[in-house]
Amino acid sequence: MALIEFSKKQFEDEIGKLDEEMKEKVAMFGTPIDHLDEQKVQIEIFPNRPDLLSFQGFRRAFRAFLGKDTGLREYKINKPEKNYLISIASSVKDIRPFTACAIIKGLKLDNSRIKEIMEIQEKLHLTMGRKRKKLAIGIYPLDKIKLPLTFSALEPDKVKFIPLDSDKEMSGLEILQKTAAGKEYAQLLAGKQKFPIFVDAEDKILSMPPIINSQTIGKVAEDTKDVFVECSGFDQKVLGRCLNILVTCLADMGGKIYQMEIKSGIAKKILTPDFTPEKMRLSTENTNKLLGLELKPTQIEKLLEKMGYDCKKGEVYIPSWRTDVLHEVDLIEDVAIAYGYENFIPEIPAVSTIGEEDKKEILKRKIAEILTGLGLLEISNYHLTSKHNQFTSMGVPEKQEKSFIEMESSKTDFTILRKDLTHYLLKTLAENVDVEYPHRVFEIGKVFNIESKTDQIKEHESLAIALAPGNFTEMKQMLEYLFRMLGIKISINEPASVPSHFIEGRCIGIKIGDTIIGTLGEIHPKILKNWKIKMPVALMEINLELVLGR
Amino acid sequence: MDTKKIIESLSPNERKILPHLDEKSIEDICRKSNLDKVSVTRSLTYLQNKKILELSYIVKKIVDVGINGALYRKKGLPERRLMHLLNEKRIISLKDAQKESKLSDDELKASLGALKKKAMIEIKNDKIILGGNKEDVSKKFAEELFLESLPLDYDSLSKEQLSVLKYLEGRKDIIRIEEEKSAVIKLTEPGKKLIGEKLTSENMIEQITPEVLQGEAWKGKKFRRYDVTSSVPLMSGGKRHFVNQSIDYARTVWTEMGFKEMSGNMIVSSFWNFDALFTPQDHSVREMQDTFFINKKDELQDKKLTKSVKESHEEGVGGSKGWEYAWNEEEAKKLVLRTHTTCLSAQTLAKLNTQQLPAKYFAIGKNFRNETLDWNHGFEFNQTEGIVADRNVNFRHLLGYLKQFFKKMGFEKIRIRPSYFPYTEPSVEIDVWHPEKKMWLELGGAGIFRPEVTIPLFGEYIPVLAWGPGFDRMLMDYYEIKDLRELYKNNIDKLRKMKFWIK
Repeated sequence: MALIEFSKKQFEDEIGKLDEEMKEKVAMFGTPIDHLDEQKVQIEIFPNRPDLLSFQGFRRAFRAFLGKDTGLREYKINKPEKNYLISIASSVKDIRPFTACAIIKGLKLDNSRIKEIMEIQEKLHLTMGRKRKKLAIGIYPLDKIKLPLTFSALEPDKVKFIPLDSDKEMSGLEILQKTAAGKEYAQLLAGKQKFPIFVDAEDKILSMPPIINSQTIGKVAEDTKDVFVECSGFDQKVLGRCLNILVTCLADMGGKIYQMEIKSGIAKKILTPDFTPEKMRLSTENTNKLLGLELKPTQIEKLLEKMGYDCKKGEVYIPSWRTDVLHEVDLIEDVAIAYGYENFIPEIPAVSTIGEEDKKEILKRKIAEILTGLGLLEISNYHLTSKHNQFTSMGVPEKQEKSFIEMESSKTDFTILRKDLTHYLLKTLAENVDVEYPHRVFEIGKVFNIESKTDQIKEHESLAIALAPGNFTEMKQMLEYLFRMLGIKISINEPASVPSHFIEGRCIGIKIGDTIIGTLGEIHPKILKNWKIKMPVALMEINLELVLGR
Repeated sequence: MDTKKIIESLSPNERKILPHLDEKSIEDICRKSNLDKVSVTRSLTYLQNKKILELSYIVKKIVDVGINGALYRKKGLPERRLMHLLNEKRIISLKDAQKESKLSDDELKASLGALKKKAMIEIKNDKIILGGNKEDVSKKFAEELFLESLPLDYDSLSKEQLSVLKYLEGRKDIIRIEEEKSAVIKLTEPGKKLIGEKLTSENMIEQITPEVLQGEAWKGKKFRRYDVTSSVPLMSGGKRHFVNQSIDYARTVWTEMGFKEMSGNMIVSSFWNFDALFTPQDHSVREMQDTFFINKKDELQDKKLTKSVKESHEEGVGGSKGWEYAWNEEEAKKLVLRTHTTCLSAQTLAKLNTQQLPAKYFAIGKNFRNETLDWNHGFEFNQTEGIVADRNVNFRHLLGYLKQFFKKMGFEKIRIRPSYFPYTEPSVEIDVWHPEKKMWLELGGAGIFRPEVTIPLFGEYIPVLAWGPGFDRMLMDYYEIKDLRELYKNNIDKLRKMKFWIK
């Protein structure tokens, strides 16, 4: 979730008074207010709209939504001046092949402005840049660098410059090991033979993307007026849009945009930034059909203009900083937003369909009814569990056990899927030793196993009941009552191998036909000791798939 | 209450103890009335409720011997035993002293400390040397005298005794201090009157037993009056878990609205959880940081669908530009714990025959995300999901269904505002108005599936209305639960006391 923050005063000066009506408007634009106080306002921006990640971008779009300065915003773009050129060396081809660049002149920067620009840069890194994996942005003081520039790659030990906020020259590797940004993003360059760098005409290194700029020639300061801006990554189109988002924001801060020429051995020369709008057809019929409205083409045009588009000859002109328009439906959604979600009249279509519950759910509910009728309390545990509870506490050495489904990564010690409900029922009893007895509980839910023959993952519905204090006879009575009520014939036998948590000679296997569906018995005191339960426990667990499948 | 009514309300035990209320202690009342202590105490409380007497308690602290104290009283304190040994030998090595005195490590250490403090011994070069004269040796220690005199009332202890006590308390289980409660009974005015009355129980029926009924023994007799206002012990019965109660209710709501239930596995391939729902492969939700991955892969069965989903991502379908990247089939095979029930919707739509439209489905179930566990976070959560597939459905119908669904869930006023999900367009966020808290509650997302989702599934663009609000917030609000962990804590006491889902 991306949040942008600006001062309440700035909002009220440049957009309008933040009263209840305005707050509602902000929410209905699709940018809910997350926090508001006397000083500041925080707004949530959804990931499809990185163009709103700055105050400038938000103001541009939201003012149009309010009906002020509607339509596609024009920005003056100046042709490259002498040496506004960057060459892409073939050495970056397999590392970080593309860049889109611009020069912005005439900025008036103070510390808060510099901080604001850095925040926009960071937000774009996080969202569009997928934490700099997809793209990274650099901004440099033009007066410190000598044009033209080169984007190339060098062996890590040959890359040498003083990184931002340091006073020592470091090699590429040292930067990854010693600087904060280096450590955070090291994996993005890990294993690369060469590291990408921007170099100026005097062979000085501006930066090593996507990690860090140079302290000497890559740091924007309060006296900086003109800047060089680059975006590097893996998709020229995406880089272009990101650059457009950034430079239009800098232009709204008062800068003048100049193009740069990008020369590359593999592709033909291009000029960036490029604000040529993409065009898309929007059918009035499709719009009205999807929204359930009867809008006229002129109405649709007006609504699109409120969302920052232009319409000419039945075509919609999409701002070059919009990244989210893939299909006509994206335009239709914007029509709906401009129309106002609050203005749609809800309607239930006159279509009749027959409702139906899942058969298994009906049976599960019946089983629960039978058991609650016996005075049992239903409990509910997590599907994930810890190895300790699943194995060690159940008397199974953890190391012996191989057949379980483990998460590749987990933020808690719940790292595997439960193989049975039995251990969770004992855990529940263990956590309630201070609560008045008797404890008579059951749980119905999924358990997860790996079929040994096929190595296939199997998830099935299971039922477990525990009684404390409880004994074999009572538990068996309950089992027989349950299946009598379900009208299913079961048979029991003495199992060939008794599960280690039961007492031998006080445990049975339960069968439907020839299929074993579960076991029942008295829990062995050594297991009760593991759980610190000082009450005799009788327990059963059955696989419900055969019962539910009938 | 008048005296007559009071007499009628007296239980047999109360009648038994009433004549003995002038006795000094509860023990005396027990003896005289021939009742056990529990019965007497309980009856006294009942009599107090009937305003016959006033009960108060005096608490006394009694100092008595502990487990070791009792033992030492018989065998002698460890230091005394060591003294006996020293009296014979005068000088003895530490090692021998322990061996011959048979004291434990702790006991020996304590004894040496005690004797050194009394200046009875010296320790030099690991040898114990007896000091002091014969008289001192045979004289009883203050500690011994104190132990012999126990039990004592704490408040009666002298200054010297208190210091001995303090010292002995520092040693293991020699002393035990207990609180003794003794009752003081004071008769009230009606009580004093009552004590003079003649109490017979011959004309009273206590419990109505089958014998009483059979022999008609109740004829001509009075039924003892109960104190009908007194509280009775709590009772609890068997019941469903509260989360399942509310889920069952939601199920009813859905079927009433004509929806059919979908079900499926919790472990699904990324293909169903993400790719079929047009979630690009570099989306952050597809990282281990956010989603539980299992180190196994699932073969993608439907080759045609796989190809179509690939196309949808790479270059787009039905006029879409797609995400414009190289889609990787291996990435789609990775198994995950489902992050939303929407994967069931995708699976259901893939199987749906377009001749069977309109079709309405719902699901309700657990989903997972790689999260920490605290009051506000959890790795498992419930979601309920509804879809409507029909060539003629539109955005206003989506709003109509949402309004109806949430009304049935108990929220009269809802607000729909723009939102974003990779698989719906338009996308909406649903807020419901909480009348007591006077605020909007954010309950989850909805929208119309994108053509990039439905074209691969159907072979054509058929709009599908979809909504999938989180369920936990609704039920936590109903049960007034603040901490997410409470949902699956299974505190039996709390579960017994929890109210039913009445909706």
